[in-house]
Amino acid sequence: MSEVQYQSAKTVKEAVKMMQAAKGKGYILAGGTDLLVQMKSGARTPGVIVDVKKIPEMVTVTEKNGAFTIGAATPAAVLGENKKLRKAWPGVIEACNLIGSTQVQGRASAGGNLCNASPAADSVPALVAAGCIVNVAGPNGKRAVPVEKFCIGPGKTSLKTGEIVVSLTLPKRPKGSSDAYLRLIPRTEMDIAVVGVGVSLTMKGGTVTDARVGLGAVAPTVLLVENAAKALIGSKLDDAALDAAADACSAACRPIDDKRGTIKYRTKIAGVLLKRSALIARDRINGVEHRGHRPV
Amino acid sequence: MSHQEHRPNTEGKYKWIGTRPDRPDGADKVTGRARFGADFNLPGQLIGKVLRSPHAHAVIKSIDTSKALALSGVKAVITAKDFPDQPNLIVPTGEMQVNMRDITRNIMAREKALYEGHPVAAVAAVSEAVAKQALALIKVDYKVLPHVIDVAEAMKPGAPILHDHLLTEGASPPATKPSNIAKRIEFKKGDAKAGFAQAEVVIEKDYTTQAVHQGYIEPHATLASAAEDGQIQVWSTTQGHFQVRGFCARLLGVDTSQIRVTPTEIGGGFGGKTVVYLEPLAMRLSQKTGKPVKMTMAREDVFRASGPAPGGNVKVKIGAMKDGRIVAAECIVEMQAGAFPGSPVGPACMCSFACYDIENVYIEGFDVVSNRPKVAAYRAPGAPISAWAVESTMDILAQRLDMDPIDLRLKNAAKAGTKTAYGVTFNTIGMVETLQAVKDSEHYKSPVKPGWGRGVAAGFWFNIGADSSAASHVGEDGSVTVISGNPDIGGSRASLALMAAEELGVDYNKVRPIIADTASIGFNFVTGGSRVTFATGLAVVNSVRDMIRELKVRAAKIWKIDPEAVIWENGMAKPAGNQVGTFEPLSLADLAAQAGRTGGPINGHAQLNVTGAGPGFGVHCVDLKVDDDTGCVTVGRYTAAQDVGTAIHPSYVEGQLQGGAVQGVGWALNEEYIYNAQGKLENPGFLDYRMPVASDLPKIETILVEVPNPQHPYGVRGVGEVPIVPPIAAVGNAIARATGVRMVDLPMSPPRLSAALDAARPRRMAAE
Repeated sequence: MSEVQYQSAKTVKEAVKMMQAAKGKGYILAGGTDLLVQMKSGARTPGVIVDVKKIPEMVTVTEKNGAFTIGAATPAAVLGENKKLRKAWPGVIEACNLIGSTQVQGRASAGGNLCNASPAADSVPALVAAGCIVNVAGPNGKRAVPVEKFCIGPGKTSLKTGEIVVSLTLPKRPKGSSDAYLRLIPRTEMDIAVVGVGVSLTMKGGTVTDARVGLGAVAPTVLLVENAAKALIGSKLDDAALDAAADACSAACRPIDDKRGTIKYRTKIAGVLLKRSALIARDRINGVEHRGHRPV
Repeated sequence: MSHQEHRPNTEGKYKWIGTRPDRPDGADKVTGRARFGADFNLPGQLIGKVLRSPHAHAVIKSIDTSKALALSGVKAVITAKDFPDQPNLIVPTGEMQVNMRDITRNIMAREKALYEGHPVAAVAAVSEAVAKQALALIKVDYKVLPHVIDVAEAMKPGAPILHDHLLTEGASPPATKPSNIAKRIEFKKGDAKAGFAQAEVVIEKDYTTQAVHQGYIEPHATLASAAEDGQIQVWSTTQGHFQVRGFCARLLGVDTSQIRVTPTEIGGGFGGKTVVYLEPLAMRLSQKTGKPVKMTMAREDVFRASGPAPGGNVKVKIGAMKDGRIVAAECIVEMQAGAFPGSPVGPACMCSFACYDIENVYIEGFDVVSNRPKVAAYRAPGAPISAWAVESTMDILAQRLDMDPIDLRLKNAAKAGTKTAYGVTFNTIGMVETLQAVKDSEHYKSPVKPGWGRGVAAGFWFNIGADSSAASHVGEDGSVTVISGNPDIGGSRASLALMAAEELGVDYNKVRPIIADTASIGFNFVTGGSRVTFATGLAVVNSVRDMIRELKVRAAKIWKIDPEAVIWENGMAKPAGNQVGTFEPLSLADLAAQAGRTGGPINGHAQLNVTGAGPGFGVHCVDLKVDDDTGCVTVGRYTAAQDVGTAIHPSYVEGQLQGGAVQGVGWALNEEYIYNAQGKLENPGFLDYRMPVASDLPKIETILVEVPNPQHPYGVRGVGEVPIVPPIAAVGNAIARATGVRMVDLPMSPPRLSAALDAARPRRMAAE
């Protein structure tokens, strides 16, 4: 019979050591909302589980000079209750608060959502739009990875043996900035994104001065769509700019036909959600509150 | 937003019936004390696991179990060889019928594996981990065969044949070669051809539906314990423990009296728990090992191998005069049976036009096998499929004639005296009253919001009676136990207790309803067919009347008067006739206290084959909007009206209407079995098999229309199945009215609806 060892780390250093000693058979346990399900179904068979929830810097949110650093194992529910974070990054937080269900969010974390490396992960397109930096610790010290380069394929990350994700940093942003995330699901909750779009905007006098677009569930990894951002920058979000950005999103799609949606549908919806997300981000910049995530 | 009741016949008539007390099983269920299938354990029990076919269609050349048996901790391995073959014998199971020859092949594949997930072997081991390891050590040598999933494909000449012995029953000319069409049926009334020739408007349309699962939250689970003397005890989550006993006795070759089945609390069934899967396996494993064996299904097993409801193809043609009078109707249904014959194509055909009084009708149905799990009953089996097609076509007709959809239905509504196409003439029914109730409702009178669509559809179900037994016992203190034998899936304990309290004239809380095991009460047919409150309710009423007869005898004995001179009133025996006022009335408690001296314990019994089930009609109305870019549907308001006979416990009647409506909306919008090219199910879980979640729907409003069933002492009609019949078409009709796009394929999921909206965009823009 196969055995699984449970180990609990008190420091990042200790966690790295444990992962290194596990020689590729180690798995990080943050909320466990993916790992335990995968173990139950037999999809993953860890030799060692390393619990990181007792490492303070991995479960707290800190702000320094306007930049937020989110401990990788911080539950999504805790992020949702952080008013300053929610005000600065409403799109990232609404994305994190779509992971699983209300109950699941008591455990599920943004770091876990990222490391599970699903192209349909809800938080990741918003993090990509936000220009998030992934802080990695490993046997050879620390390194910082732009979030869009972190995953390399479905279920695969760029982490090397012994490396763990410690935290996620959202950069300080200029005045007149906000973000939004929308996903298409056939139901209204408890579902997985058919397409997910995160948009982050900075505007001055009604004109977009900076933009980033993250696009999920349409390719093996979440995409940073630079052409969509280009189409938005310099515009007043008029129909022509939005159409061009939507087309850029659709063009970036490399989806598959599967049980969750067709290529044609996903490609179309990527454009639809880009437009809607961009307008929500603009409204937020203008102080208009937006609630509800269903793109209806 | 409200629940409305139209109860002119029962208002003020009863003390207990029509009230809403807490259900007797409620506290246990909300506190977690109630024990469901997987909660039962015995000391020393083994865990049983099933090895399932990875192939959709394959000959089983050999099974080598030696390595599994050699694994430490493995106590037994069984295959089809451990079960005697069964004769070609049809037996009823709920509202459907099954063949014993097929059941034994469904619980354990014999010559061939016929669908992905088909059981091939089972093991019993000391733990789940060991049992899982043992499964991996069983070597099955398969010869993979070409498979067929789609009904239309399965019906084509040259399709892979599932059963070499299967000749189409009812084919004309008679079939000489095997095919996948198990049966052809036909219903005729009048002359459809002549009717269509006379019609001023004819609408014809083809529709398809997908297989859907009942989606009960509790997976199948059982615990079996076979003793050395041959007695077998079984705990099972089932809609019919007598059915479990009967099937397993045949499958194992033992007497029914050797088997005692106790039903656990049940976490939903909806028809899907009227058949056996794990029970015979657990019993055989227990016989082989001499230890209790517990077996549970994972959700994936439930999807891959327990009966879904079928999908089907339906062709509908309706001919009418310009005033809306329908003069001819035709319906042709091709239905999935799964791997073995026996789809509910019969009821689908019979229900298709049952809501309407139509002179000329032709209905034809085909029962078709394919490499899918064998279908099982699901609320009004078959009816939602034909109703989706018929009620959509009715809506097209209403649009074509520019008639209000309720008025069109009122003009053609079935009434007392209407003869159906399947031969039955209706007694008192409530189709007209139910249509009228919706027409008069605040919902229907309210304006449709701009950009939204409102859809209306009707539905019919027969309801059944069948065999029931019940007993009533008076305790020493005068409190009452009512014993019946139907698992409670919809609040039936509360309804039975209310009828007993009403009959006896005692407080509801003095009546404790109990569901007895197979050895402790006489036979009861399954909880299904919307029969329990009606048929078992009648048995309970009769058992209480039997007990009251005895109570009057005892009072007469105490008073030394003729029993004929005693009446039972308000829970007391009173002298009557020329004895009025002679003696102080005797309460139940008084009579119970003296029972020993007046003849012993006071009980009542009843056993019946109940006929006279009152058919039910439902009319649903839904307001929804469609996101033009994404194809996502938002349901804003939903009202379900139904002729419920008498609502014994209105809350649980409303619950049935709401539950059926929700399941029907799921069927309409997102639920479907998705197979890949290898014939394997792609979505065996609740993430990708999308049932509605709470946030998908508004509160379902209900209108209870009471048209009492004259053949029941309290006017009860079954209510549990009708509500799943109208919703699919109601949703489709609302989508058509919101968007101008008529959907004919299910589910109307965002990708499919979006594609249809895009395809129709040039036409829709031209129309604007």
